[in-house]
Amino acid sequence: MPDQTSHWTELMRAANRGDAHAYRRVLEGLAPILRGLVKRGFARYGLGPEEVEDVVQETLLAVHLKRQTWDERQPLLPWVRAIAQNKLIDNLRRRGRRVHVPIDDIGDALAVDDEPAISNGVDAERILASLNGRQRQIVQAISIEGASARQVADRLGMTEGAVRVALHRALKSIAGALRSA
Amino acid sequence: MPDMKTDALIRTLAEDGATRRPSLARRLTLALLIGGSLAAGLFATTLGVRPDIGAALHTWPFVFKIAIALLAYALALWACARLASPQVGVRDTLAGLIAAPVLLAAAVGYELLTVAPDAWLTRAVGSNARVCLVAIPLLSLAPLAGALAALRVGAPQSPSTAGAVTGLMAGTFAATLYAVHCPDDSALFVALWYSLAVAIVAVLGAIAGSRVLQW
Repeated sequence: MPDQTSHWTELMRAANRGDAHAYRRVLEGLAPILRGLVKRGFARYGLGPEEVEDVVQETLLAVHLKRQTWDERQPLLPWVRAIAQNKLIDNLRRRGRRVHVPIDDIGDALAVDDEPAISNGVDAERILASLNGRQRQIVQAISIEGASARQVADRLGMTEGAVRVALHRALKSIAGALRSA
Repeated sequence: MPDMKTDALIRTLAEDGATRRPSLARRLTLALLIGGSLAAGLFATTLGVRPDIGAALHTWPFVFKIAIALLAYALALWACARLASPQVGVRDTLAGLIAAPVLLAAAVGYELLTVAPDAWLTRAVGSNARVCLVAIPLLSLAPLAGALAALRVGAPQSPSTAGAVTGLMAGTFAATLYAVHCPDDSALFVALWYSLAVAIVAVLGAIAGSRVLQW
């Protein structure tokens, strides 16, 4: 594997230029890194891996929705770690843990965790319940059936732009629903 | 229905990836232009510039009052834009704001040294403290609402702190406007009443921020 830091940073810069393939590779590459990070964070609090995947997914969603707050001139991974730490702390607080670890202290190493996901992540029912009918159809078609926005647009008789707008709103609702869960 | 798999989520995020939105800096600039114009309009139609502005511009206390308000505004704007990032340390950023109160304290110190003690109270009480306490929070509402809306794309470590600093920014903007109307130029008056009025806006911002800046 090439030098991690510059590798992911370069890919994310390309993604910002509209390279969809690069963007997907960044997200796919971040997942195992986050899995390791969150697992270590939980271990510090004597917690098992049950909710690791929830935090991984919340972090990926936040990385996606908040990617404007990443300064392109800076390396990507420290920013991702900051997002993950915030989400980890949110999760710990929801579970009634008092968080006293300084924010920079949770796992400095960004080692890839090659073990497969133990849990499946957030409950899809709960996520879909937060969406309206149209949004639900769109998210279901794209996430579960693997359709593209173009295909969904054809199927639902919408323009591709309208599908994208609805998808983006749906993702924001999902993030809100996970936060207040 | 099974749980949402991470790769299904990634597929969905990647499909949304093409959606581009304006940067935080642009959103904030736009919000402040609109919010600031509304506040300036409200100011012009209600309070207005003080009649002796020409003469006041040649007096140090007035110039100093405006300079401190502008400095505080500039620092708060810098801090508020910074705090939108999840990586930015809250403490370092708040420490960066210290120049404004230090300068104000120096002005107060100078006034205490140069003005006779029996005039201190008159100067501190001023002539329209109540207007100051009402006008600054009112004038800050539009910039505060606009800036909070713009900052919703941010990812602050502490939403309430980010909200408080946004309140500080909107409050000092309103204070700068109000300073052009207010006949009280004493540093004692500014330190007491302007600070209190801006603090009210900061508290408002903290309360609003802890709700709307969550992510």
